[in-house]
Amino acid sequence: MQTYKAPLRDMRFVLHELHGGAPNLPAELTDSILDAAAKLATDVLAPLNMSGDVAGCRLENGVVRTPAGFREAYAIFRDGGWTASSCDPRFGGQGLPESLGKLVEEMICSANLSFGMYPGLSFGAYRAIAQHGSAALQDRYLAKLVDGTWAGTMCLTEPQCGTDLGLLRTRAVPQPDGSHRITGNKIFISAGEHDLTENIIHLVLARLPDAPAGIKGISLFLVPKFLPDADGSPGVRNGMVCTAIEHKMGIRASATCQLSFDAATGFLVGMPHKGMTAMFTMMNSARLAVGIQGLGIAEASYQGAVAYARERLAGRALGGAQCPDLPADPIIVHPDVRRMLLTMRAYTEGCRALGGWVAQRIDAGDEEFAALMTPIVKALFSDLGYETASLGMQVYGGHGYIRDHGMEQYVRDARIAMIYEGTNGVQAMDLVGRKLPAHAGRLLRGFFHPVSSYIAAQAEHPQLGAMAAALGRAFGALQLATAQIAAKGMADPEEAGAAATDYLRLFGLVALGFVWLRSAEVALAKLPAADGDAGFYQAKLTTARFYMERILPQTAGLFAAIKAGKGSMMELPAAAF
Amino acid sequence: MKVLVPVKRVVDYNVKVRVRSDGTGVETAGVKMSMNPFDEIAVEEAIRLKEKGVVSEIIAVSLGVAACAETIRTALAMGADRGILVETDAELQPLAVAKLLRALAEREQPRLMILGKQAIDDDMNATGQMLAALLGWSQGTFASKITIDGDTATVTREVDGGLETVALTMPAIITTDLRLNEPRYASLPNIMKARKKPIETVRPADLGVDPAPRLKTLRVVEPPKRQAGAKVASVAELVAKLRTEAKVI
Repeated sequence: MQTYKAPLRDMRFVLHELHGGAPNLPAELTDSILDAAAKLATDVLAPLNMSGDVAGCRLENGVVRTPAGFREAYAIFRDGGWTASSCDPRFGGQGLPESLGKLVEEMICSANLSFGMYPGLSFGAYRAIAQHGSAALQDRYLAKLVDGTWAGTMCLTEPQCGTDLGLLRTRAVPQPDGSHRITGNKIFISAGEHDLTENIIHLVLARLPDAPAGIKGISLFLVPKFLPDADGSPGVRNGMVCTAIEHKMGIRASATCQLSFDAATGFLVGMPHKGMTAMFTMMNSARLAVGIQGLGIAEASYQGAVAYARERLAGRALGGAQCPDLPADPIIVHPDVRRMLLTMRAYTEGCRALGGWVAQRIDAGDEEFAALMTPIVKALFSDLGYETASLGMQVYGGHGYIRDHGMEQYVRDARIAMIYEGTNGVQAMDLVGRKLPAHAGRLLRGFFHPVSSYIAAQAEHPQLGAMAAALGRAFGALQLATAQIAAKGMADPEEAGAAATDYLRLFGLVALGFVWLRSAEVALAKLPAADGDAGFYQAKLTTARFYMERILPQTAGLFAAIKAGKGSMMELPAAAF
Repeated sequence: MKVLVPVKRVVDYNVKVRVRSDGTGVETAGVKMSMNPFDEIAVEEAIRLKEKGVVSEIIAVSLGVAACAETIRTALAMGADRGILVETDAELQPLAVAKLLRALAEREQPRLMILGKQAIDDDMNATGQMLAALLGWSQGTFASKITIDGDTATVTREVDGGLETVALTMPAIITTDLRLNEPRYASLPNIMKARKKPIETVRPADLGVDPAPRLKTLRVVEPPKRQAGAKVASVAELVAKLRTEAKVI
């Protein structure tokens, strides 16, 4: 059995105490929203997580059936207005700021990652139409995407192309009435077909007849499953069909579809041949969302692991029995179990705090900071989500490997986040290849400056000085690694490519170190007057110290690996592998 | 028709309640507080009556510290129209609550008041009955079904022997049981809108009521720890133990 309780205390800490609250929303309102989302996640979504995983989706005569209970849960979700939560009030949305919206997203991901895919994809489609669609398309489609009556998808991948979309072949032929006929095959389309909504709005990348070759010749089209009638209700069935659904390792209740478009009617979104620009606005927010998926799974797995470690009896504490009246001590007394639990906790709370910082900067309109941190949030959070889920399984031993407790589901569900929306290798290349050199390193300074001045400010602090010193060493390594990549990578791009993944992790660990130091500072200040909350702040301080002493030193190893360069990596001939 | 629904702020039902070390009560500092679940059912029922066109206005009332306004907001987010907070730091007992509610009833003139049958913190199960007596209104307690027709409220009550149906002449007090309905999830737009709904704050003195406690709490203790069980070898031994040790048969 999986159990999930929304970590509302820590969420409030991140939102209010660490980052100063959500813009224009009083604390009592954000708390009511978080409470309501928590109730929905725990009471409605979480109970369907394991049953949805076991049942999976079924394809019957071109129709996809979601697992039992998903339709009812979606109705509650939609009627509660949650599909509209982050959408613009101009289109009927609730306009929640990112700093609140990301916390709501996390709860949904913790409770039921598969379920979250459906509204998640709709939001991506909403975003592309809201930013790039014509007024006519917005009038016709946005209201129903926002209120959840209809769902959406993003159709990028084809059998011969994934990461390199320049290879895509789906064709769009202009029609006299201004519409287009879309023909081609798409694969890996999340929520591509399902029974949750009366209509599905596909956003499809395709080539116009006069398109230049490669990535510069791709346009974006809106292709509805049912063409809306004059009154806006679903009318004629459009020319696309779901030919298969994938059998996957995880997120089995999310329908991953193969879609075949055969002269389907579509409408151009944005300018001809500028589809990638439109797609990228969608992709950046989707990448942050995938990072939050990693965080959500990490939290759920951590909760499961703690509950088990408290009750599972095995062996005696090394320093002497702690529960002599029991036949053995609970495993939470053992140092190695504590290593796992504290690692999980440090990653989870650290990612929540870091995600909160990024969300706060996005709310403040700091697009450059968002651009820099997007690959880090996506890759770091999803890597750590998977590592955390794996530790969660380890705490359970054999009982984690079998299905009964649901711990192995977290491992399987977490794994996809490292792959989709650009693999984590692609994220690392985005960081070193695009974000570091952009504007002569200006993006980078948006992170380096606050971190270095904060470390300096805490250096003499009687309680935090040691932590600040540890962070200072790691930050020094990050600066040196950055300089090396800038110097060597300029002359030889393979050097930058060889360093990318280690560099992203190094960057991410320093970023987590920064938010942990800040968390420790806040906790220390609140502790004297904390009363019933003292335990919470004390745990923050201890976890911060664990992070600095036991996790952050990994940066030294990463730095050494980056410094070694590409030599051994590129030397071996392909045939020798 | 106006309906008044009192909502109480209590320790959330998910929280494991701990007794304060000095034995004066239970620990509430840093503890998650929520609306009493029976009151949630009362609010839901009022909203359903409004959706049926029977009720025109729902007033949510909470009595206690300033933070009780949050509980009123929850009711407003579910669908109540406005709130009244009777603010006091004094300990409130059922008789004082009933008197304060009577004063509000005289001021607001509702035809119906729906209350939770009891609050999950002290499990008193008294306020509704006391209020009905003070007002001289009809009462239908432990309701599992409510139908309003003109001036008559038909209430199905959950009693020990089964179900009892009573017809009440309005104005009336109804207290809710668990099976009356399943409260809705507050929707995000309604949570946002609830911010704009008015909450009036009054003090007990404004209502001419002295809320001073009539009962004195001597001591609060945790229930005794459950003893470990024992295994018996045979049915005969079990029966013998039940007879001689447990003395239940």
